[in-house]
Amino acid sequence: MARKITIDPVTRVEGHGKVTIQLDDQDRVIQTRLHIVEFRGFERFVQGRPYWEAPVLVQRLCGICPVSHHLCASKAMDVIVGVDSDQLTPTADKVRRLMHYGQVFQSHVLHFFYLASPDLLLGVDSDPVKRNIFGVMNTFPELAKRAVLMRKFGQEVIRLTAGKKIHGTGSIPGGVNKHLTVLEGNELLHGTSEFNVDLMIEWAQEGLDLFKSYHQKNRDFIDHFADFPSHYMSMVRKDGALDLYHGVLRMVDSNGDKLIDQVNYQDYADYFSEEVRSWTYMKFPFLKSKGKEHGWYRVGPLARLNTCDFIPTPIAQKEFEQYQAYTQGKPHGMSMHMHWARLIEVVHAAECMKELLSDPDLYEGELVRTGLRRAEGVGVIEAPRGTLFHHYQVNEQDLITMCNLIVSTTSNNEAMNRAVGWVADTQVSGRREIPEGVLNQVEVAIRAYDPCLSCATHAIGQMPLEISLYNSSHELLDRVVKN
Amino acid sequence: MEQSYIQITIDGREIMAKEGQSIVEAARDHGVVIPTLCDFKSLPPAGTCRVCMVQIGGRIVPGCTTPVSFGMVILNDTDDLRNLRKGLIEMLFVEGNHMCPTCEKSGNCELQNLAYQYGMLVPRFPFLFPHRKIESHLPHLLIEHNRCIQCLRCVRGVKAKDGHEIFGFIQRGINIRVTIDSTDPDALTEETAQKAMDICPVGALIKKKTGFKLPIGKRRYDVNGNG
Repeated sequence: MARKITIDPVTRVEGHGKVTIQLDDQDRVIQTRLHIVEFRGFERFVQGRPYWEAPVLVQRLCGICPVSHHLCASKAMDVIVGVDSDQLTPTADKVRRLMHYGQVFQSHVLHFFYLASPDLLLGVDSDPVKRNIFGVMNTFPELAKRAVLMRKFGQEVIRLTAGKKIHGTGSIPGGVNKHLTVLEGNELLHGTSEFNVDLMIEWAQEGLDLFKSYHQKNRDFIDHFADFPSHYMSMVRKDGALDLYHGVLRMVDSNGDKLIDQVNYQDYADYFSEEVRSWTYMKFPFLKSKGKEHGWYRVGPLARLNTCDFIPTPIAQKEFEQYQAYTQGKPHGMSMHMHWARLIEVVHAAECMKELLSDPDLYEGELVRTGLRRAEGVGVIEAPRGTLFHHYQVNEQDLITMCNLIVSTTSNNEAMNRAVGWVADTQVSGRREIPEGVLNQVEVAIRAYDPCLSCATHAIGQMPLEISLYNSSHELLDRVVKN
Repeated sequence: MEQSYIQITIDGREIMAKEGQSIVEAARDHGVVIPTLCDFKSLPPAGTCRVCMVQIGGRIVPGCTTPVSFGMVILNDTDDLRNLRKGLIEMLFVEGNHMCPTCEKSGNCELQNLAYQYGMLVPRFPFLFPHRKIESHLPHLLIEHNRCIQCLRCVRGVKAKDGHEIFGFIQRGINIRVTIDSTDPDALTEETAQKAMDICPVGALIKKKTGFKLPIGKRRYDVNGNG
């Protein structure tokens, strides 16, 4: 009897995605799937490690947004050492917030300018050889230079708070391990004419203006590309403000009506569950009360601006008001508005950094608190790509026995599949061959969600992607692979 | 009694060593760096790690257990010795499971520092990936067997108040591992845990609940790779 052995995935292949599109006899699309074929295993191999290692170990999930995992694991471990995250010392809270906003700033800048802007500035159907960050550098050198410096600024903030630009150790259970020095703070506040926080706010606004200007000229594309309704979930501050570091869970439906609100994230398991599907390693989280079919939701910048009531920094709030007015206060379902929301968050992150850098608590004060040791803790943070959950159980010998991570990209799994489906339905259906421009539209749809499978591979304008076109007899008609 | 001195030569440099000193001690007194791992301050030498190997005539000997003698001509900084030491360091890495990126001792680890100093990128030997455990039953001390290099520094340097040994080794050969007498009250104290962590050249002995309190930039080898 014949036997087939398949090795899939071959190794850890962070960033590899596969799209399959199935057609019927008339070449109509009957199924689309975004397969994430990477297998990480962090939830398993963190088991048996001492709890204080978790913030340093689990951040290795990612090279782009390690701070999110570092802080989220720290928040869970705060609970383990008996300190709720809102009971940290003012210094610990503010150092962590600065680290986080530095991270959001650099990650969003990386995504928009390095990965997404080639599509917008050079054209979705433009020459793929030039449709990348180098093409942007050649055509818009000043803009590219700013993008590099903005990212550098965020990375410097991370270095000064975490100890290293990538995979630092600054946040520890119950607090942080260092202050900023006044000299370091001044370098970020005033620095040089090309490197100071006021300039970052200014450039963030100009980046946002760039998008808005593009939007004005391309309303049809931005407003209708992969536009579909969904639920939206994020953490918000208790008073409803946008807060990327700490708060309560809120979910709204496509009309903006609240499905859950003021939920303590320690209780997340009462509200959320995850479905496993055989064709992808990425799970499908859903709101239990709505069930697997209807309980899926989106996270990330789009969701955050759909759930929050206001933004607690002045320039970003003004932009938020325009953003809200565009849909008469209704949630934005347009996938490409993710970029708009993301760039408003870039402004907000820059404003937050300035506010924090001016705060004396950053430079002195108690670093760590501990309380009565607990056996279980949940941490939640609004990572650049959306709500991130870390859940741990720790035994009496201080070793981790259980770990559950719901990463942001996971929560956008269904949405990304639908976005790909939207492109397939509108662009692929009825065709026997796939032009390169359509392939890129599939990428554009996925890329709008800034999933880890693109960013963490450091792919420059190219996401390793495979599109297979099958007929109804499961015969392969065409396959296009980009590496 | 007056200390007697004898003349030796290290890499062509003549120095006056104290009679009875080891080569490593004499070199250290005169600012000559011979790498060590198992050697620690005033503890009696153990000669377990072998990274202090030096050449005398045609022989390769451990510098920490070999006493100086009159007229001794020692080669220390040669390509062959550097390669030999690098190989020994690589063997220590492949015999254990050293995951530096998540180790509390990273930046304070003597083995990691030597690996950097000797330009170790990828060990020339295959990783053994041994199955080793973490012992976490003590209130203040975690024993991470994956990182232990069997240097005996804890056995020699961390003792009970009355001087008897708390740490010891069990089993033999490649299965040898450090153990602690957990029935001894002195083994259970926070002070013992701190001493053990401080004396351990790697991250095998860790004081519990305090991980990563020392920030990057303030760790021993962050600024000066030679410690």
